[in-house]
Amino acid sequence: MELLSTDREKITSEWIDGVTSSLQGRISKAEVDRELRELYEALVQGLRAGGEETRGDGFSEVRALLTELSRNRARQGFTPSETAISVLALKQALEPVLRNDSAEETTAYLRLGRALDDLALYTVEVYTRTREEIISSQAAQLMELSTPVVKLWEGVIAVPLVGTLDSARTQVVMEKLLQALVDTGSEQAIIDITGVPAVDTQVAQHLLKTVVAARLMGAECTVSGIRPQIAQTIVALGIEFGDIVTKATLADALQHALRKSGVDLVTHQDARR
Amino acid sequence: MTERVPVLRIGDILLVSIQVDLEDQTVLDLQEDLAEQIVARAARGVVIDITAVEIVDSFVGRMLATIASISRLLDAETVVVGMRPAVAITLVELGLSLGGVRTALDLEKGLALLRRSATGAELP
Repeated sequence: MELLSTDREKITSEWIDGVTSSLQGRISKAEVDRELRELYEALVQGLRAGGEETRGDGFSEVRALLTELSRNRARQGFTPSETAISVLALKQALEPVLRNDSAEETTAYLRLGRALDDLALYTVEVYTRTREEIISSQAAQLMELSTPVVKLWEGVIAVPLVGTLDSARTQVVMEKLLQALVDTGSEQAIIDITGVPAVDTQVAQHLLKTVVAARLMGAECTVSGIRPQIAQTIVALGIEFGDIVTKATLADALQHALRKSGVDLVTHQDARR
Repeated sequence: MTERVPVLRIGDILLVSIQVDLEDQTVLDLQEDLAEQIVARAARGVVIDITAVEIVDSFVGRMLATIASISRLLDAETVVVGMRPAVAITLVELGLSLGGVRTALDLEKGLALLRRSATGAELP
């Protein structure tokens, strides 16, 4: 593949142009330039050392560079094709060099093409993996963000639930709530479901379990924030909340919890304007 | 010979603090001891402290309910205190809600609960 090294300047600039235009200016040309020149060097060296064995040792540097490139592209929100084009554009850049129609060069080009296809597939692979990592880390963050346990009063804690409840999340909520009961020594807990868009039998089941577990530990649990539509759904589904105290709003639940823990709320007439 | 769980007396309340791993025989012995002690000492309340218990099975869960029923027959009220979150979750998953058993977060609150019910005050 002497061609690659002799016509280096021409091919790389062609390549860089191709890639830059496909990315529509979302990455600066200088950056693409730097990335691709490095990649080109590594590729030439790889081809010299390892032939077309793209998964072999000779290409370890190329793979490392491609990994970095694909990761960056995935983080910056490019599509998989825009990532793979970074490699595939080299094929196009090579075409003008093949003008003299010799059979030897054509086969060499085809072999190189195969190697490049392989590398392009590799970028897509890394791209997908990076995306999956991002998604799972976001899911974990969301889980932490959405289940705070807040202290409302001495001996009263609350969990405002926001978003759809599934088994995994309810498990986290349950554990956090029960641990908070122990840590704060609270005897009253309020689960506020104002932010839960839908309640089905499974969610109700989870709520009931949490309430019973809290009761086992010696605390009382109130469910609040049941919206009218949700109340209708619950009744229509035939879910029995049994002797669990339910309130329409968090304020009502707090008042109930305070009364249970022996705090009296007094309204001063003269304090009102 | 398995270990026996000691039953302590504070006033007219019996305190059982479970510090060992519960084996089936230990549990049966405890049940027997407790029934005898309630009668012998005319106890009005029983506090079972399970702060140190990390692992429960359905047998232990049923034992707690049984002890509560026995005590109630002998006119003593049972309070289970200090249940860990993991234990509570396990019991719920096992489908045991310990219907007749009263619970409290810690020993202090458990004793306060018994004292309140002994004086006939309105329970919270």
